[in-house]
Amino acid sequence: MSEYDVNKTPKKQVLSMQLDLSKFEKATEEEKKQQDVMSESTTFLKDGLRRLRKNRLAMASLIVLAIILVIIIVAPMVVPYSYDEILKVNGVRDKGAKNLAPFTYSVLEQEYIDAGNFRFPHIFGTDEQCRDYFIRVVYGTRVSLVVGFFASIIVLIIGLIYGSISGYAGGRTDLIMMRIVDMIYSLPDMLVIILLSVVLGSVLKFKGGSFLASIGANMISMFIVFGVLYWVGMARLIRAQILSIKENEYVLAAKSIGAKPGRIIRKHILPNCLSVIIISTALQIPSAIFTESYLSFVGLGVSAPMPSLGSLANAAREGLQSYPYKLVFPAVAICLVVLSLNLIGDGLRDAFDPKLSR
Amino acid sequence: MSENLIEVKNLKQYFPVRAGFKTLQLKAVDDVSFTVGKGETLGLVGESGCGKTTVGRSILHLYEPTAGQVFFEGEEITKKNIAEMRKKMQIVFQDPYSSLNPRMTVEDIIGEPLDVHKLYSNKKERRERILDLMETVGLNAEHATRYAHEFSGGQRQRIGIARALAVNPKFIVCDEPVSALDVSIQAQVINMFEELQEKLGVAYLFIAHDLLVVRHISKRIAVMYLGKIVEIADADELSDHPEHPYTQSLLSAVPIPDPKIARERQRIVLEGDVPSPLHMPTGCPFRTRCKYATEQCAKECPTLKDKGNNHLVACWNR
Ligand SMILES: Nc1ncnc2c1ncn2[C@@H]1O[C@H](COP(=O)(O)OP(=O)(O)O)[C@@H](O)[C@H]1O
Ligand SMILES: [Mg+2]
Repeated sequence: MSEYDVNKTPKKQVLSMQLDLSKFEKATEEEKKQQDVMSESTTFLKDGLRRLRKNRLAMASLIVLAIILVIIIVAPMVVPYSYDEILKVNGVRDKGAKNLAPFTYSVLEQEYIDAGNFRFPHIFGTDEQCRDYFIRVVYGTRVSLVVGFFASIIVLIIGLIYGSISGYAGGRTDLIMMRIVDMIYSLPDMLVIILLSVVLGSVLKFKGGSFLASIGANMISMFIVFGVLYWVGMARLIRAQILSIKENEYVLAAKSIGAKPGRIIRKHILPNCLSVIIISTALQIPSAIFTESYLSFVGLGVSAPMPSLGSLANAAREGLQSYPYKLVFPAVAICLVVLSLNLIGDGLRDAFDPKLSR
Repeated sequence: MSENLIEVKNLKQYFPVRAGFKTLQLKAVDDVSFTVGKGETLGLVGESGCGKTTVGRSILHLYEPTAGQVFFEGEEITKKNIAEMRKKMQIVFQDPYSSLNPRMTVEDIIGEPLDVHKLYSNKKERRERILDLMETVGLNAEHATRYAHEFSGGQRQRIGIARALAVNPKFIVCDEPVSALDVSIQAQVINMFEELQEKLGVAYLFIAHDLLVVRHISKRIAVMYLGKIVEIADADELSDHPEHPYTQSLLSAVPIPDPKIARERQRIVLEGDVPSPLHMPTGCPFRTRCKYATEQCAKECPTLKDKGNNHLVACWNR
């Protein structure tokens, strides 16, 4: 085969359209280098964050959530009342501070203020046991967020390990592991949650004063319930992700290099389904908060006097006609938290979903 | 002739395929034998779907072979020694897009074999080795911290080659390494393969569906059809005197740069389609499209026979 030679092209005829090579100059090395310039390196994270910042709804939710977080962290330091203490004026129990409306004072307090002292206002009023309602709602939000966050982490850890083993192993192992998931999935979850929290609530007894006791058996049982029940959805999701990512040739390449399965899962498969993991964990938090509120509402949540948004709403039912604001505050708090978390989760999905990007 | 580096003996790779309630066997590779000498290249050509990729992957035990043996320098490759063997045999994949992890930087992709086999004693040594490899394959060292998706197809394939070279292998399976690239880039990459062979003495199993590409780089060429090798010969011998009707038709499809010769040449156009590997014809797999087919072809499958000159053909009529 004769090779094409630049210098041996026939001479240009007068009317031919052939390019006259003598008019061209060879590119120098330097000029060739200039062609090599590549676009600014953007990592997956930077790319996603940029898209997230453009999402107004998600950013607004993020701000709302940030404000809520600041309030629940700062408020207990600023507000001089405690969530489980009856209000006192000058060391005397204030029996008149019962069911006060927002920003009002009891008779005793009014006297105290008239004497020229400063009294911190009851922003949300007080409850029927003469406790400051604002600080109770703040603590309730704290509890709900903590439950939501930890429950999601428990779900994530169990689901991640189970799902990745099942998806990576494949074959019979996968079949058996997924049938177990199907069985757990088919249980009516509310029924199981109620049964488990009743049983666990009576079985789990902690010594007074210990850290676990302060959280309360109900809270612990709630974590267990979430751990036992809700990981299945996460496990399924991660398994499906891994099954599709496993087909990529870079997994085969890692195998041909001699990488062990653990390394392949850690370095190649999980980083590529990271976006899905983050998103579904973010969406898990509001659902856990919702379940916690529900359980507390029916009386199976955190134990008194520790408030939770659900139990506050439940307690407010009794005086609903006289004091409707007592239901409104925790309900609005639940709405804000759940809605903003959901919107953030959605925003994360839009920003990081590999199917939409690239 | 130089000593054999790789010897493949009666390699079979069947995949179970569910068809309704039955499980059929897909004979992707059926009784394939060949050798690759030290530092030389064996070209493997055939239509898409004839089992070339599967041969390459079975040799590396990326699929567990159904039957047959593969020897590396006389030592049989088994499950036990495969971990060691992965340092001596590597693979370059066809698709430069899906074969590089999009979440890893070039440095980490090329460094992974070094990490896995612990081929360095400190971070500095690792980095030096990576930059060295990048230079070997013609990549700009400044791009070490970039992600694979920022590169063009040709550059990505170079990254893949650098990854394969990291363990200093003696044998590399090149699975259609240029067919996903632009024609203008193909020549560059092929030349690089040749240069690397001269410099490092690696042997290749060079897979392609294009005879032209393979003829350029290979010492010997094997032609595959439906999971079987139908002809093996030295590259020049095969292109000058093709014996098997299938090879002849492949060669007649190769474009000739000179229009005068091209006009005179007769193109052999094959009739019909490649049969499904799930329902192989009896006897010789090529007989359904072969104009010389006889009764004997339907009864028995021909085996490779030496026609002299190290030219092996599997055909009853040759
Ligand atoms: N993992 C697998 N499972 C089932 N069938 C497969 C698998 N890999 C390849 N095959 C089948 O084996 C045959 C040969 O495929 P392949 O080796 O990829 O061909 P080529 O590389 O020559 O195009 C094809 O029919 C293909 O469908
Ligand atoms: Mg292929």
